[in-house]
Amino acid sequence: MSITSTAVRDWIRAYAAEVAQHRGELVQLDTAIGDGDHGTNMDRGMRKAVEKLDSVEGEDIGAVLKAVGMALVSSVGGAAGPLYGTLFLQMGAASAGRDALDLADWTSALEAGVKGVQARGKAEPGDKTMVDALLPALAALRAAADDGAGLGDALRRSADAAAEGMRATIPLEARKGRASYLGPRSVGHQDPGATSSHMLLDVAATTFGGDG
Amino acid sequence: MKKLINDPEAVVREALEGMEAAHGDRLRVVYDPYVIVRADAPVKGKVGIVSGGGSGHEPMHGGFVGPGMLDAACPGEVFTSPTPDQMLEATKAVDGGAGVLHIVKNYTGDVLNFEMAADLAKDEGIEVEAVVTNDDVAVQDSLYTAGRRGVGITVIAEKICGAAAEEGKPLAEVAEVCRTVNGQGRSMGMALTPCVTPGSGEPSFELGEDEMEIGIGIHGEPGRYREPIGSAAEVVDRLTTAIVEDLPFESGDKVLAFVNGMGGTPLIELYIVYRELNRFLQQRDITIERRLIGDYITSLEMAGCSITLLKLDDELTRLWDAPVDTPALRVC
Repeated sequence: MSITSTAVRDWIRAYAAEVAQHRGELVQLDTAIGDGDHGTNMDRGMRKAVEKLDSVEGEDIGAVLKAVGMALVSSVGGAAGPLYGTLFLQMGAASAGRDALDLADWTSALEAGVKGVQARGKAEPGDKTMVDALLPALAALRAAADDGAGLGDALRRSADAAAEGMRATIPLEARKGRASYLGPRSVGHQDPGATSSHMLLDVAATTFGGDG
Repeated sequence: MKKLINDPEAVVREALEGMEAAHGDRLRVVYDPYVIVRADAPVKGKVGIVSGGGSGHEPMHGGFVGPGMLDAACPGEVFTSPTPDQMLEATKAVDGGAGVLHIVKNYTGDVLNFEMAADLAKDEGIEVEAVVTNDDVAVQDSLYTAGRRGVGITVIAEKICGAAAEEGKPLAEVAEVCRTVNGQGRSMGMALTPCVTPGSGEPSFELGEDEMEIGIGIHGEPGRYREPIGSAAEVVDRLTTAIVEDLPFESGDKVLAFVNGMGGTPLIELYIVYRELNRFLQQRDITIERRLIGDYITSLEMAGCSITLLKLDDELTRLWDAPVDTPALRVC
């Protein structure tokens, strides 16, 4: 089983729908420790990304992901624009010219994306950011591959690890972004970026793994 | 929530259309992507000055576009950084061959988007320097935060750098002036009430009827601490003590004093704040040489104020006094 270009487009549409559905929840999380715009911005950006999908109809996975990244960079704003934009642009660069991805390819693409996010935002694990959901998800993918797991199983384990990472941001004190200005007052709140990143990987597991 | 708007989704666009209708003689507005550009840009041989940030802080930055201040401003959505394509468009529109200075407030989103934009502009052969302002003493400057926020000094830096660019100073010098202003300036703000973004319709934070938030940011993000509301004299004492001790400002210093309203504070109260600030500084033998009082870097309808002090020397004073002709700041 592999991830096709059509499936990648389905994933983007499904993520846009998920963000739209949970827009209020993301706004609430961001209002607690940020400035309350994460849900609104991601919703606007993902709607633009979905509009862009038509222009890359029939193109390879790299082209699709690059179009999504550019749409996010030019429409989201805030920190999430450059960070999610970079995630997709780097994933796109890593899968340029490909019409299908197996587990190893998907892992490499996600790894490139997460590296890009860290290079742009300079966040380390434990800073209470999206990286805290993405890195455990990447580690879980590698562990699943080592165990000989199939694609669907690996994606589910990756999404579960992202969920765990997301929940683990609750007791953390933020050290990056606007939440860091709160210092100890950021403790006790789940990071909105980690939450939207978990959604992205959870939707990937559902879309590519066929368990939804 | 009560707001004087037509459509929460169209707030930024409709405000831009209003600005264009009102000030079309001085500036033009590009709508895709949003950029406010000085009408006569690019000015040949002059360093272009670009700033930008989330909307909701009016008149900053769009109100400061004009001769003697900004060449272009990039408005983001309310409280959301603008995007790199806006900044690139602005940079290209104002490059008169002498390079472009980006004045960036230290917020993670603004910094990341301007970094991407500077990379793109350099790819197109435009010389870009960026200076990040970070004057807010309410935030501990540590490796474990995103660093101090850029607030009131940004307005002062845009005015002074605008004057330096108008004189024909080269990019490196204008950038150095900007760093000097930022380095010699300090600010702190406070809020009596939260603000409500049109998108969320919810207050940015909860504040009791008898409470105030000291060290507030300009996006309604909570500040350093909250306490029972005090008098104007007590508030000024809190804010100015933190500011003066931080640089530090010392006996004999000459300063520019900037009392800024957050959007929902009447001018009569800002003058009471100025009265207290003047007394506070007099007691420490610090002389207010220049002053600015009013709503210049706001947070929608938030009630509260911020105080900014800039240590002046003859050169900075001269640049501050230079002509400026923008919708929101005019010294002719």
